[in-house]
Amino acid sequence: MADTKTVAPQEGAATKFWNWLTETQAWKSIFRHDRPNTDRGRVLVMLSNVFLHLHPVRIRKSGVKLRYTWCMGGLSFFLFLVLTFTGLLLMFYYRPTLEYAYTDIIGLREHVPLGIMREMHRWGAHAMVITVWLHMFRVFMTGSYKPPREFNWSVGVIMLVLTLLLSFTGYLLPWDQLAIWAITVGSNMARATPFLGHEGPGAQLLRLGDVPLIHSADDARFALLGGTFVGEGALLRFYVLHCVGLPLGIAVLMAVHFWRVRKDGGISGPL
Amino acid sequence: MADDNKPVQPSAPPTGANPSATPHVQPKPGADEAATARAAAATGAAPVPPAAGAAAGAVAHTARPAAPPKPPAAIPDLAGRTTTAASAGGQAARAATTTPATAAAKASTRAADDTSPLLTRRAWLGLAWGAFSAASAAALAATGRFMFPNVLNEPPQQFKAGFPNEYGVGVDERWKEKYGVWLVRTTEDIEQHAAGFYSLSVTCTHLGCTPNYLSAENKFKCPCHGSGFRITGVNFEGPAPRPLERTRIVLADDGQILVDKSRHFQRELGQWTDPEAFLKA
Repeated sequence: MADTKTVAPQEGAATKFWNWLTETQAWKSIFRHDRPNTDRGRVLVMLSNVFLHLHPVRIRKSGVKLRYTWCMGGLSFFLFLVLTFTGLLLMFYYRPTLEYAYTDIIGLREHVPLGIMREMHRWGAHAMVITVWLHMFRVFMTGSYKPPREFNWSVGVIMLVLTLLLSFTGYLLPWDQLAIWAITVGSNMARATPFLGHEGPGAQLLRLGDVPLIHSADDARFALLGGTFVGEGALLRFYVLHCVGLPLGIAVLMAVHFWRVRKDGGISGPL
Repeated sequence: MADDNKPVQPSAPPTGANPSATPHVQPKPGADEAATARAAAATGAAPVPPAAGAAAGAVAHTARPAAPPKPPAAIPDLAGRTTTAASAGGQAARAATTTPATAAAKASTRAADDTSPLLTRRAWLGLAWGAFSAASAAALAATGRFMFPNVLNEPPQQFKAGFPNEYGVGVDERWKEKYGVWLVRTTEDIEQHAAGFYSLSVTCTHLGCTPNYLSAENKFKCPCHGSGFRITGVNFEGPAPRPLERTRIVLADDGQILVDKSRHFQRELGQWTDPEAFLKA
């Protein structure tokens, strides 16, 4: 029996390269933590990365149980990211004017490479509305709105409203018959607002003698549409709301929503 | 006491006595106060009077025979005036003028050599926050006003529709596309019981779509949800809750029909009897 000598396995070229790369100053400037092969390293990966720092370092086993969580909240967030990205790409080819809106949408299908960005955006929008409703349903069924989580539930409800408003504003942008009439019907509700709508209760009371203070050219519906009917003002306003205003609002609320979940002990925790 | 700045070592209180009445503990608040007052005097700033008052109050709370802490030695400035309110001079002055009347007099007329601030830090901050809040509210209001445009790229609300003799009896659709009204000539109006013109708004009273005129069936039919209206504008089928609205219609100076969409008349409110809702011709 010859003497056996323990020899470390020869490192492959890839491993050697990786080991060298992660020791370079450039790498260490970007990633300030050790490799996650110790518990300390694993914690530091989360804590020192801005994109990951909302993730918990550890989660409960129940947190990955799909039967408990349905993962609808995560899916909603994922769809939001998809919609943001596809929406951004759509913005390179879409002009929100009376002259171009309709033909640009057709162009996104016929002239733009791949031609399915508009459809992906639309399907993503439908899917996100479905997932947020299912998420709300799940939160209700698991009682995750009970104290101390009532505030987070309210934040979620506001985000639901913002999601529906995002759908509403986005619906107008193709500027086809479906869009114009849907928004006409939807925005007509605003004229019946109490006091602020020119056909609502109380608006007749707000007049200086014979001059009405709230009329069709200065009520809440007028502010929403930027005009007395759904025209170029409405198209531009809805475009800005859809692409900038509402996403900013919902992003801020998302930050609050995720923060609250983390601070309350993570997803799918005991009540 | 020789060294007021040194922290007092805790010692066992005399048996049964109020621990805070021990001479050892007593000067501590006074010591801190003296230290801060001296430091403040050195920098020329006035220490906050309530601190001196609190220390004095703390002293007063304990009923004991020991002498009150000596007021800190005030450091006079080049002019020989003591510049701290907590100085001996300041204490004496405050003790002498604590009545409300004299305090009020003191508030309105400052002494010539009074270097205490006009506004406390708290007052300044309150002023700053108030100004910031007012400015923010104004900015919010301006943003709200910003959303109401002053100029609209919309067709004018009034237009001249030609002369009465250019129209036959019945529904005329020549202005539907551009101005959103049907001009209808009738020989016997249901409300005004006269021959003439009325102009119907093309907005369906259900949810706002534009109905179509079906000449064969002599009615307006809305494609959205099937609301049906007679050529008088009265709703008779479908979900429309009320008749189409009539707009103001008068004769212009040159004899042309003038249609004014800025004023609507609703039959259910009895407004179709208004003389400007119907042009007799």
